[in-house]
Amino acid sequence: MSASLAKGINAFKEVLDAPIASFFSSCVRCGLCAEACLFYTETGEAKYTPIHKLEPLRRVWQQEYTLLGGLGKLLGLSKPVTDAELAEWEPLVYDSCTLCGRCSMICPVGNDITYMIRKMREGMAASGHAPEDMIDATTRAITIGSPMGIKWPAVLAQIKHVQADTGIEVPVEREGADYLVLMSSMEIINFPEYLSALSRIFKQAGVSWTLAQDAFEATNSGIQIGASDLAREIVSRIVVAAERLKVKCVISPECGHAFTALRWEGPNLMGRPFGFEVKHILEVLDELHAAGKLKTRGKDQRPLTYHDPCQIARRGGVVEQPRRLLSEVAADFREMSDAGVMNWCCGGGGGVSANSRADPLRLQAFKVKKRQIEATGVQTLITACANCRIVIEEGLEHYHMKVEVIGLTELLAGYLVEEDTP
Amino acid sequence: MSHLDLLTFARGNALNWSLMLCVAGVVLRLFEIFGLGREADLAKPRAVSPGSGWRTMITRSLPAEGMLKRDPVTYIGGYVFHFGLLVAIFFFAPHIEFFRSLTSLVWPGLPTALIDASVVAAMVALGVLLAHRLNNPVKRMLSGIGDYVAWAATLLPLLTGYLAYHHLLLEYTLMLALHLFSIELLLVLLPFTKLFHSFSLFISRWYNGDAFASKGVAS
Repeated sequence: MSASLAKGINAFKEVLDAPIASFFSSCVRCGLCAEACLFYTETGEAKYTPIHKLEPLRRVWQQEYTLLGGLGKLLGLSKPVTDAELAEWEPLVYDSCTLCGRCSMICPVGNDITYMIRKMREGMAASGHAPEDMIDATTRAITIGSPMGIKWPAVLAQIKHVQADTGIEVPVEREGADYLVLMSSMEIINFPEYLSALSRIFKQAGVSWTLAQDAFEATNSGIQIGASDLAREIVSRIVVAAERLKVKCVISPECGHAFTALRWEGPNLMGRPFGFEVKHILEVLDELHAAGKLKTRGKDQRPLTYHDPCQIARRGGVVEQPRRLLSEVAADFREMSDAGVMNWCCGGGGGVSANSRADPLRLQAFKVKKRQIEATGVQTLITACANCRIVIEEGLEHYHMKVEVIGLTELLAGYLVEEDTP
Repeated sequence: MSHLDLLTFARGNALNWSLMLCVAGVVLRLFEIFGLGREADLAKPRAVSPGSGWRTMITRSLPAEGMLKRDPVTYIGGYVFHFGLLVAIFFFAPHIEFFRSLTSLVWPGLPTALIDASVVAAMVALGVLLAHRLNNPVKRMLSGIGDYVAWAATLLPLLTGYLAYHHLLLEYTLMLALHLFSIELLLVLLPFTKLFHSFSLFISRWYNGDAFASKGVAS
């Protein structure tokens, strides 16, 4: 056994816990999870069945943690996990799983397959079987501070643009502010309107907020690739900044996995609960709206639909907030089929969009989103995840669909009642 | 050994041993699961959640919205089989008498015609589900020898019970003995095959529901 394989197997053994043992014990091989996975439904290829993606991990569990499996291993009757097998499984575990959690919602015996895939990636990464692009993105996140290689001067440049456009000061390193605002690389590079919209909304609402020079990036490649030590390093930057600036709450931006990384995995990665709250931007906007601090005027007359980012809705519990906010500014809001916690993934979550090898498969899987959008008859789609947004835009372009994609924060800002509005 | 001797053995030592092996196996399997432990979740759960582990333990018995039409054979076949099996096990008068002898608990049975229909429905469902497993590329890929052994071990008690009740194929005493042996085989296999899901699914559903509920989602 090679040293890297041994590391991978050890990582598999470390992640195996009672929930995973119960999940593997319960699987009746019904295959229904395939029907919930867009990589299977859009390709018809059996290998994309979610539970099948876990086969090496299942065998390690069986051989190491069950009496019969152990006996089988002792007598040489069981098939050991090999480097070649993990290499074969790499595209199944990374390219064809967005950690969207849909399979976990439908498994009749209750298997949280997504939880297991996330854990399995720890062993895949440790054994050297992770996609090159994701390794590069994680390396950049650790060495530079952002998976897309963005440094503070780029953020500063955007701040200057926003300040020039809005006339509103963007606070930086303001100790004692209520909120620490994070952004995703995608927002910094592709969607600068997010920061602009946020500045205007927060000014109107009288929110005390700040950015931090050393913790502006919310995304976390570590949890996507499955390297908890690196994920911890990335999360710790935010925790250190939040504690240094003594903020009450950290706002996760319009990014799905960043919310999962900080809100749900963060305290577990750090090994302690946070002394501050973590909220998704939609939660904050909804609270401001409920408190009467976010006032809008007029409604968008275009037919609109909303794409629920998986990590925010199904894996994050933020489902009603965007709908309440949309009801304030959308005159003709149309729900997609399967909206809310059963929504279909855009196809680019869980690091898939960062993995160029998976591009053709991702675009094939996008067909389900295409059908959903077409059924609503809209030409404007709202979402709350910059990664979903870029993935959907690519899919729309690929299929020659004329649909505009807008971030919800940006949409709200467009109807904001501002101080100088007559 | 006469048929009666065989039946006496099936009702005596064979039953006792198979029950003991089943209980010991289930305890072992539960220990294998819970022995692995679960790290405490340090993330603050949502204060308000429509979900919980206990809720999911029940609700996961129903298909998620839209899923029934995606694979009606699996869902309907599964319901018919499980319902038919449970009716036969728990509401056939001789079975109730057996449970009374073990636990002193007693409850009313159902008419034998209804039990008969349930058993036939369960066997037909098993046949359909096997055909589906062999024809569906996903199920065929996932299936191993254990799945087919579990299928056969589940069918045998239904089949032998039906044949014994209707006095078909073999002499009644012998068929009844075979019925008991098939149940004993099922009991011994239960902890060590996928049949163990009859216990573990409550655990996995609970973990699933609990994990989602902490995030404010009813799964």
